[in-house]
Amino acid sequence: MLLITCPVCNVTADETEFHCGGEAHIKRPASSDPANVSERAQYEYLYVRNNPRGMHREMWLCSRGCGKWFYAMRDTLTLQFHAFYGITDSPPPLPDGNGTGSGS
Amino acid sequence: MQRFSIFSLVRNSLSYHKNWQEHWRSPEPKPEYDVVVIGAGGHGLATAYYLAKEHGVKNVCVLDKGWLGGGNTGRNTTIIRSNYLQDESTAIYELARSLYEGLSHELNYNVMFSPRGLINVCVTEHEMRAFQRIAFANKLAGIESRMISPGEIQKLVPIIDSSSNARYPLLGGLYQPRGGTARHDAIAWGYARGADNLGVDIVQNCAVTGIMRNRGKVVGVQTQKGEIRAKKVAFVVAGNTSVLTDMAGFRVPLESVSLQALVSEPIKPILDVVVMAGTVHGYVSQSDKGELVIGGGADGYNNYAQRGSITQWEHTVRALVEMFPAFGRLKMMRHWGGIVDMTGDRSPIIGMTPVKDLYLNCGWGTGGFKSIPGSGFVFADTIANGRPHPIAAPFGMDRFREGRLIDESSAAGVAH
Ligand SMILES: Cc1cc2nc3c(=O)[nH]c(=O)nc-3n(C[C@H](O)[C@H](O)[C@H](O)COP(=O)(O)OP(=O)(O)OC[C@H]3O[C@@H](n4cnc5c(N)ncnc54)[C@H](O)[C@@H]3O)c2cc1C
Ligand SMILES: [Zn+2]
Repeated sequence: MLLITCPVCNVTADETEFHCGGEAHIKRPASSDPANVSERAQYEYLYVRNNPRGMHREMWLCSRGCGKWFYAMRDTLTLQFHAFYGITDSPPPLPDGNGTGSGS
Repeated sequence: MQRFSIFSLVRNSLSYHKNWQEHWRSPEPKPEYDVVVIGAGGHGLATAYYLAKEHGVKNVCVLDKGWLGGGNTGRNTTIIRSNYLQDESTAIYELARSLYEGLSHELNYNVMFSPRGLINVCVTEHEMRAFQRIAFANKLAGIESRMISPGEIQKLVPIIDSSSNARYPLLGGLYQPRGGTARHDAIAWGYARGADNLGVDIVQNCAVTGIMRNRGKVVGVQTQKGEIRAKKVAFVVAGNTSVLTDMAGFRVPLESVSLQALVSEPIKPILDVVVMAGTVHGYVSQSDKGELVIGGGADGYNNYAQRGSITQWEHTVRALVEMFPAFGRLKMMRHWGGIVDMTGDRSPIIGMTPVKDLYLNCGWGTGGFKSIPGSGFVFADTIANGRPHPIAAPFGMDRFREGRLIDESSAAGVAH
């Protein structure tokens, strides 16, 4: 059972009070240049994920609490959270010696 | 290879079964192979077996970071069926299912294939419509599969709660009479023994740590036991695929999550079909030992830990106890997790990659035990001939870019 702290309402609760939205900080290509979205960019946006064995930046929804989305940094091997941060905060740096896989 | 027969059993019983040959050798890796298969799960071992058997490619090595069959192949609930919705899916899953029918003879190894019948129980009107559609699609694909009534379900599964005030009203079910189960370990062991006998080296406890490339072509792998050069390399590592593709320098449309299963204490025979219930996220069968083998949904977050959250199986057990009130008194004995590689359309990826001579077989997610023989068969053909086998062709990774999804996610609705 994951214990999660929402950085918006500061509630700490079981994962059942939250919903995971997958990898964070993925940019939708159509938002920056709607007229020029390549097949590859759209494919990567929709389907390709970093999927690291280690530190992962991801989105969570405080679904049974304040209803807001926020970000977290979690180790997918130990299941330990290393940071919770708001959607306007800049991502915290990775702890030493930890990659997030290719691409970011 | 020492063959198994009634005579060899009797002969070996005279020496208290102490003189059986080892099933496979434990060789040190050679410096170079024609094909290096990474991952000694069912899919990797079947691939090596068919490479040697069907294509005469015998200079093959299968590498595993742990023991063979210790990944999802040894962790799954062994449900075998081919009643999928899309034509591409029924082609490969039915090829696999039909190979299962003769596999014990093919491998001279008892894989305990038990086509005991499988019911997808419907408890909502929506499911009734979705499964009716699958039944029609199966009929067109030539697969024996049909809708059955609550009365027929009751006959096949007397312990199911079919009373009028049941928590989950029994509306009907999709029935595949030749679906069933097989012994998970025996699939890995049988293919390993068969492949080894044809000259394939299986090297366990040898993790791949790097992929050697030269001008866009794969030339070998770095391992815990040093470098091994290879003309062709195949990734067949399920939940660890992204870790290897990161090493090879390309990205894949996969997410790794934990799927859990649990077994009860052994009891007398009480359930002789496989029952799956999609809406409530549970499926159950009874093993020959008498344990109920139970599985449910996958955890909702990326995970490489081979364990998951208690809430997942609580959810499953809660539903199954409503459906089978008699299970309420059972003690659960063990539970565990495996890391499954999920694609966006819940169909696998089989084929070539952006790196020349590097092949990929992954994305089987929560449901690739049933496909092991078919997958190995078409993947071996793909590797040997350097082009996708016709049954594998639709499952290329480019389908995501081209929008040619093979959508089984909305059809099945449950993991298995
Ligand atoms: C709980 C659970 C229940 C399931 N139930 C069903 C079911 O009822 N029916 C069904 O059809 N399917 C089911 N599945 C899915 C099925 O188990 C898998 O799809 C299938 O076993 C995948 O086989 P594989 O050979 O591809 O992978 P695996 O059996 O996982 O083998 C991959 C191997 O690769 C090795 N490996 C990984 N990284 C490296 C590396 N760097 N170097 C060397 N080796 C490496 C691993 O050690 C592992 O042995 C279930 C899965 C789980 C977890
Ligand atoms: Zn909140």
